[in-house]
Amino acid sequence: GPLSERPLMEVRLGELHSWISTRSFSAQGLLGAVQRAWGSYCAKYIHVKQGGRAGISMLLAGYCLLSYGWNYQHLKRHRWRKYH
Amino acid sequence: LRALPPPVAVGVLHTTRPLHTTQQSLAPVPPLPEKGGEVRHGLIPEEFFQFLYPKTGVTGPYMLGTGLLLYLLSKEIYVINHETAAAACILTVIVYGVKKFGADVAAFADKLNEEKVAAAQAVKDECVQMLQKAIEEEKKEQWRVEGRGFLFDAKRNNIAMLLEANYRERLLMVYNEVKKRLDYQVAMQNLKRQKEQDHMIQWVEKNVVQSITPQQQKESIAKCIMDLKALSKSAHAAV
Repeated sequence: GPLSERPLMEVRLGELHSWISTRSFSAQGLLGAVQRAWGSYCAKYIHVKQGGRAGISMLLAGYCLLSYGWNYQHLKRHRWRKYH
Repeated sequence: LRALPPPVAVGVLHTTRPLHTTQQSLAPVPPLPEKGGEVRHGLIPEEFFQFLYPKTGVTGPYMLGTGLLLYLLSKEIYVINHETAAAACILTVIVYGVKKFGADVAAFADKLNEEKVAAAQAVKDECVQMLQKAIEEEKKEQWRVEGRGFLFDAKRNNIAMLLEANYRERLLMVYNEVKKRLDYQVAMQNLKRQKEQDHMIQWVEKNVVQSITPQQQKESIAKCIMDLKALSKSAHAAV
């Protein structure tokens, strides 16, 4: 279909820039994008008859990475070597 | 459900969207998929491995992971501190727990779900059965309606019999009344004739007795005695 209506996974790398320019960055647009992303994640991994460990473990891993990123400036002080 | 068009205010019914033009309906809800998306090692979706397979083969993502890890460690973008040890211990315990008890917990949860679904299904089946029974009874009632004709014929027969019985009753009554009156007339005539007869006989007797004078009485008695003597003589002779 046309570029502005394709989901992110179907956009090729070369078209990424133009695709981002077609997205609306208003509050409603961002909120809609977040809602859609969460909805598709839930539909794929959580709202199934046999969920397994994939759904929640990916959420926890993402949380771990995010919190490492937020605390990086503090963790930088506990480095072992001065020069890398 | 979010894919459906938003509801229209039907209260005051000035809509800009036509109602009920599509085949969409909220029931039956499509069933949940059986299994979720494939994930390898519990963390990375299978689509990533398939994405890298054409260019790098099977070991591609693992080499990428190893290279990334070594880069993070050597540049100390990931710093090893006390939290690393804690994370390692916690992850070991979690992985061991999941491997050992995962299947049992999954079976238990599946059983709970199964019971809920079975209860709902039972309700639905019972509803369907009751509606089926209602349909059959309705059909039977419709069949019964065809018997109207017989019912009305029977009623008509009843009424005709009542009328006939009434008519005959009255006929009998008329006959009896007329007979009573005629009998009365006959009895009157008989009585009159009887009375006239008796009266006439009495009058004739009275006149006859009056007309018998004493002289005639003596003569008749003497004649009777002479007759008797003659008779006795003939009787003696016979003996």
